[in-house]
Amino acid sequence: MGGYIVKRLIYAVPVIVGLSVIVFGIMALIPGDPAQAILGAYATPENVARINRDLGLDRPLHEQYFIWAGNLLQGDFGRSFILNRPVLDEILERFSATIVLAGAALVLCSVLGILAGVVSAVRQFGWTDRVVTLFVLIGISTPAFWLGLLFILIFAVHWRVLPASGMYAVYGGGDLPDLLRHLILPAVTLAIVATGVIARLTRAAMLEVLRQDFVRTARAKGLPERAVIYRHAFKAALVSIIPVIGVQAGFVMGGAVYIETVFQWPGIGAMLVNAISTRDILLVQGGVLVIAVTYVLINLLADVVQAVLDPRLKS
Amino acid sequence: MTQALATTPQTVSTARLSSWSLLLNNRLAAAGLLVLAVIGLIALLAPWLPIPNPNATLPANRLQPVLSEGHLLGTDHLGRDILARLIWGTRVSIAVGLSATAIAALIGSVIGLVSGYARGVTDNILMRGIDMLMAFPYILLALAIVAVLGPGLLNALYAIAIVNIPFFARNVRGVTVGLASREFVDAARLSGKSHAAILFTEVLPNVLPVIVITMSTTVGWMILETAGLSFLGLGAQPPQSDLGSMLGEGRRLLFNAPHVSIIPGLMIFALVMSINLLGDGVRDVLDPRLRAGDLTRPQAVTRFDRRTQPPQPSGARDILEVESLETSFQRGRATVPAVRNISFTLGKGECFGLIGESGSGKSVTALSLLGLVASPPGIITGGTVRIEGEDVFSRSETGIRALRGAKVAYVFQDPLTTLHPLYRVGEQIAEAILAHKRIGKTEARARAIALMEKVGIRDANERVDAFPHEMSGGQRQRIGIAMALANDPDIIIADEPTTALDVTVQAKILDLLQDLRRERGLALLLITHDFGVVAQMCDRVAVMKDGEIVECGRTADVLRAPRHEYTRKLIACVPELGQGKAFLESVRPLFAEVKP
Repeated sequence: MGGYIVKRLIYAVPVIVGLSVIVFGIMALIPGDPAQAILGAYATPENVARINRDLGLDRPLHEQYFIWAGNLLQGDFGRSFILNRPVLDEILERFSATIVLAGAALVLCSVLGILAGVVSAVRQFGWTDRVVTLFVLIGISTPAFWLGLLFILIFAVHWRVLPASGMYAVYGGGDLPDLLRHLILPAVTLAIVATGVIARLTRAAMLEVLRQDFVRTARAKGLPERAVIYRHAFKAALVSIIPVIGVQAGFVMGGAVYIETVFQWPGIGAMLVNAISTRDILLVQGGVLVIAVTYVLINLLADVVQAVLDPRLKS
Repeated sequence: MTQALATTPQTVSTARLSSWSLLLNNRLAAAGLLVLAVIGLIALLAPWLPIPNPNATLPANRLQPVLSEGHLLGTDHLGRDILARLIWGTRVSIAVGLSATAIAALIGSVIGLVSGYARGVTDNILMRGIDMLMAFPYILLALAIVAVLGPGLLNALYAIAIVNIPFFARNVRGVTVGLASREFVDAARLSGKSHAAILFTEVLPNVLPVIVITMSTTVGWMILETAGLSFLGLGAQPPQSDLGSMLGEGRRLLFNAPHVSIIPGLMIFALVMSINLLGDGVRDVLDPRLRAGDLTRPQAVTRFDRRTQPPQPSGARDILEVESLETSFQRGRATVPAVRNISFTLGKGECFGLIGESGSGKSVTALSLLGLVASPPGIITGGTVRIEGEDVFSRSETGIRALRGAKVAYVFQDPLTTLHPLYRVGEQIAEAILAHKRIGKTEARARAIALMEKVGIRDANERVDAFPHEMSGGQRQRIGIAMALANDPDIIIADEPTTALDVTVQAKILDLLQDLRRERGLALLLITHDFGVVAQMCDRVAVMKDGEIVECGRTADVLRAPRHEYTRKLIACVPELGQGKAFLESVRPLFAEVKP
């Protein structure tokens, strides 16, 4: 097992290097002269040349990349000119908020999606299956940002049971129950689409597995139906559900961009939207890279979990 | 070749016709198509509809509620008519979604085609690039691209298109790889066509269904995601507006005038939902697996619908008696019998052979005995099975379950697929014991090891923790037999137990079954297509053809004087060593329908 994890970690290295090249490349494509942008009215040719020299912008692109990557490895993500603070500080602060939100949503959509998918497959063509299928269709067709607004209207404005915005960290001093109260609406909203996707694929995986010979063997052993479904069929289906959850982690972290904006959650998503509007390129660069690397690591974890479940994958 | 070309268009058109009717038969897809058509038509006709100018502001008339005079859906914060803005916004959103889909489909398909056709280095470079794009969380890459290009509807469109390229590239490549090695592509290559010509005239038409499926499943997302970027203020910029930017502007008035943001959201939902319904329908029609109903889940319990039920006889009974068993399969609305009028008995300690070619109904018979036929499509439509004189089918499902693996155990054909791939073999044997006996886990494990030793697995102490894929075919079948022996059954039903194995291993497994039978007084129902096996193992034999028993008797008698033509064919099919050509000569006249 240890060997397998190390092998997967080594495979992840080129992916992460590739991601950093893409992120760097995209930002290098940005039209306009950064020095000009920084200096504004003070952009005399001498000043521009000095800033370019200071920032290393007069060097060839590949050298710039290695300098940038080297700095990243030392924890130097540059400085946000708009916020006037190191990019890394800002990202770390907001990353925890995003992880709380996206993590809660991921747990929610995995549990609900798998449950709905299994029940739906077991009762194929029954009314439970129809209801689940309908909810799945509605779920994957609903704009999450709009659903968030509806939830605010219903639960925060009309019934006044849950807060519409924020997270205690911003206002300071909240405790865990307070955080959970703030978390419910955004996490549920964020989880809905992914729940639909997971339910749909779980249903398909279960239907596929339930036709396999080893399920018939389990029945021929005289096992009760519950054991046949949960111990035999579900375990086999889970092997193909795990990577789907890994992919959904990406959708959930991406969707956090909308949800954090709607619920004013102080995470990286909301930060990115602001940074794009204010053209704070280094902040965008850092934020995108951190989320992308997190996504790679989550998928790596999914691979490992899959290999734990299915010993055939290790060989 | 000319003939083939001439017939192709015809088949295509009939296929298309049936696809259309299939799509319309799918009620949900038809509903999606209808809603989409209505929305699309209204959006298309927007310039000619009697609606106000969507950009005409009238601050005095601002935030009128829904159903106010002159404004069916009210007005927004600038006094603009929401209905007019909705229709024009829908127009923009659909146009943007379709354009993004077209761009993604075009670029993605070209990448997929080239990659799958060229293979080698080109494939490797292109696919690693695609992998890199997919390594980003979906919407994040779009954000990064918008960050570079700057906010704007066109830029959002490009960003969403780029993000969706990988889905097309991957799906198309997958199909192209399969096609590129097919004969008709080789033929085109030999005829001197250029690679480009082959790709566009030979490969592309066969890849089109995949492109269509991918388009129909991604266009909904693309509309949703471009609306999302506009909602964030990164897409459509005022005065231009789409559904997303309407929603984004309305959001600021959420508490005072919720209708301003709810209405455009509802429209996005209706649009995407109808597209998804239609997309699912299109996928179902174009995916032959779904069309064939292959993905229907077999129910846990076999259906019984017995029209005949022989009376309970009295007197001395054999351990297993099958009388007039009939099992049918549902084909559409019709119920077609798969096996009919099956009657035989199995005495204690006896070996009874059931022989016939594949499809003759042997396995259906075997599975019917304990209600293990998959329903749908199977239904047990008649007859009775008695174990020690008691009717099995009159028992409840729980009652039948108590027999399975306890009194009657199965050994199936292919041990690689019939053992659970993710459980250790010892766990699977122990589970069989625990299904019927209340003992501890440690004891069950000890018994599993003992059983493994019994069926001749060396180092059972270590192998008990092996997974099925770590064993050889013969060892796996020994595990299958150990599992069957777990509760000391009286009857073992072995369904082609050696067919998937090498000849030498076959002999050893048959010896094992024979030894166990003698030692434990087991009754063995052996299902096979091989008269050699029957001759070696069985006291009596029944020959099955087309779902019926055509001949039944003592093995020696049947072998010496087969009464049925089919039995003679089966017997002749067992070659003897050194017969060589003479064997073929002797068999040929029996199969007049096969040309030499």
